[in-house]
Amino acid sequence: MLAFLIKRFANAIFVMLSVSFIAFMIFRFVGDPVELMLNEQATQEQRDDLRTRLGLDQSFIAQFGTFVGNAAKGDFGISFRNQQDVLAMIAERFPATFELVIVATIISLVVGIPMGVITAIRRQTWYAEAMQFTSIIGVSLPSFVVGIGLILIFSVWLGWFPAFGRGDTVQIGWWSTGLLTHTGRMSIVLPALSLSLFQITLVMRLVRAEMLEVLRSDFIKFARARGIPARAIHFRHALRNCLMPVVTMTAMQIGGLIAFALVTETVFQWPGMGLLFIQAVTFVDVPIMAAYLCIVALIFVLLNTIVDITYAVIDPRLRGAEK
Amino acid sequence: MTDIPVTAPAKAPKTRTGQFFDSDLWWSFKNSKPAIGAAIALTVVILAAILAPVLSPQNPYDLASLELWNAELPPVWMEGGQMPFILGTDVQGRDILSGILYGTRISIFIGLASVVVSLAVGVMAGLTAGYYGGWVDNVLMRVGDVLLSIPIILVAILVSSVAQALLPPELREAGISIVLVLAIALYSWVQYARVVRAQTMVERRKEYVQASRLVGTPARRLMLKHILPNTLTPVFVAATLNFGLAILIEATLSFLGVGMPPNQPSLGTLIRVGNQYLFSGSWWIVLFPSIQLCILVVAVNMLGDWLRDALNPKLR
Repeated sequence: MLAFLIKRFANAIFVMLSVSFIAFMIFRFVGDPVELMLNEQATQEQRDDLRTRLGLDQSFIAQFGTFVGNAAKGDFGISFRNQQDVLAMIAERFPATFELVIVATIISLVVGIPMGVITAIRRQTWYAEAMQFTSIIGVSLPSFVVGIGLILIFSVWLGWFPAFGRGDTVQIGWWSTGLLTHTGRMSIVLPALSLSLFQITLVMRLVRAEMLEVLRSDFIKFARARGIPARAIHFRHALRNCLMPVVTMTAMQIGGLIAFALVTETVFQWPGMGLLFIQAVTFVDVPIMAAYLCIVALIFVLLNTIVDITYAVIDPRLRGAEK
Repeated sequence: MTDIPVTAPAKAPKTRTGQFFDSDLWWSFKNSKPAIGAAIALTVVILAAILAPVLSPQNPYDLASLELWNAELPPVWMEGGQMPFILGTDVQGRDILSGILYGTRISIFIGLASVVVSLAVGVMAGLTAGYYGGWVDNVLMRVGDVLLSIPIILVAILVSSVAQALLPPELREAGISIVLVLAIALYSWVQYARVVRAQTMVERRKEYVQASRLVGTPARRLMLKHILPNTLTPVFVAATLNFGLAILIEATLSFLGVGMPPNQPSLGTLIRVGNQYLFSGSWWIVLFPSIQLCILVVAVNMLGDWLRDALNPKLR
C-alpha cells in the first residue's frame, strides 16, 4: 500500500512539474518581459538592472526552479494588463466558477440517475429507447450551442431567466455567493443547465450499464423470489450497488467541468475564472494564463489522485495492478 | 427486417465491392436505422460543402458582391425575406446559407486534417513504443499521460493562442488553420498511440512476427506491413469518433475567439459572430450555423457509435 501511495504521488508531482514547465515555456515564448515592462527610452543599464532583479540573467534551469518555487507558494506574479496580484484575481473569481460547477453536478445527478434507472429497468419501452437515443445527441451537441439555444428560448423569446451575469451576490468572508439572492438563483439556472447537459448523459449511461449488470446478479433474483416489491428492489437494493462508480466518476469529472466551464462562462458572461482566462488570452496576459493553467491542472490532478487512492483502499486488487 | 442471411451465399463474390456488400459490417449497417440516417445526413452535408461554389447564391468572401441594403434580411418564409437569400443575411448583407456552406468546408477540412496528422503520429508512436518497449516506450507513454492529465480544451486554447501570438503577421492568415490542426492533433494522437501500442505488444509475440523476423525482414517493414494491419480495427473506430471531436474542438476554439478569424469563418466563427446579434432580434444569423454544426457532429458521432458496436466481436 505504501509503495502504491508513493508511486501515485510521484506521478502527480511529475504531472504538475510538467504542467508548470509548459506554463513557464509560455512565459519564455511570448516576448521578453523586460521589453514588456520598460518603455522604449530605457537605457541598457536599466534593462540589465531589471534583468538581474527578475532573475533573467540566471540559467534556464535556475529560472524554472524559481518559477516552480514561487508557484508552489502561490506567487504567480502580477497581471501584465492591470498590475494586480494574479492569485488574488483568480481567488476572487473562484467562487463563481465553483458554484456553477457544483450546481451543474447536482443537476446532472438528480436528472441522470433516475433516467439511467428507468432506461435500465424499462428497456423495451419507447420512452427508454427515446432517452437512450437523445443521450447520443446530448453527448454530441456542442456546449456553447446548447447555451446559445437556451438563451434564445428562455431569455430572448420567453424572458424567464436572465441571459448573462451572476445577479446579486452576498459576501461571506472572502467567498461571494449568488445562491442566497433571488436574482443570483435565477441567473445560475441557464448556465448550470447548459454545463450539466453533457454530464447528465454520462451519468445516465453509466447508471444504465451498472444497473443492467447488477440486475443480473443472484441477490436480486433472490430478492425477487422473496417477493420484495419491484420498486424497493430497483431503488433500494440495485441502485445502491451502482452508486460507487457514479460517485467516483462525478468526482473525477469535476476537474474537467471546472476547465470546461470556461466555454459556458463565455457564453453567459459568467464572471468566473474561465472568463478571466479567456480575457487574458485575448490580451496575451501571460501571468494569468500560466496561473490558471497550473491551478486547474492542480485541481484535476488532486481529484484524480484522491479517487485512485480511495479506489485502492476499497479494492486491494488494484494496488498490484498498477504497473 | 426479412433479409436475415441464414446460410452463407453459395458463391463467394470476387470483386472488392462485392466482398464489402457481403460482409457483416454492411449487414449491420443495413439494419441500423440511426446509422443509415446519419450516413445520409453526413453525405448531404459533405456533398453540399464540396459543391459550395456551385450551390451557394453568393461568394461570401467576395466583398464586391455584398450589398448593404441586403443586410439583416430574415429567412425567405418570413415577412421581408428575399429570394436568393433563403436563410436570410447577416449585418453586412452576407448570405447565411453561403456562409454556412463555405464554413462547413473549413470545419470539415480542419477536422479531417487533424485526424490525419494525429493518426499518423499516433500510429507511429504506438508501433515504435509497442515494438521496441524499454525507454522509448516509457518516454512516449509518459508524454501521453501528461497530455491527458490536462483538460483537452485548455491545451488547445493555449497552443492555438500562443502560436498565433508568435506567428509573424504576414503568415497569420495562412498559418492559422495549420496551427489549429496541430493544436487539436497534439492531444488526440495519444489515444491512437495507446490502442496501437497495446495491440502491437500482443502481436509482437505471435509466431508470424517471430518467423518474419527470423527470415530477416527489416523492423520498419515488419511493423508497417505485418503488425499494423492487425491493429487497425480499433484505430478506425477511434478515428471516426475523433473526427467528430475535432470538429467540435475547432468550433469551440473559433467560438472563443482563438480559432478561425472572421475573414475565413468556420461554423464556430459564424456562431461567434452571430451570437452578438442574439438580442437584436436577428436570431437567424446564429441559429442556422448552429443547426448545421449540430447535424454534422451528431451524424459523425452516431456513425462512430454504430461502428464501435458493429466491429466489437463481443457484441456480435
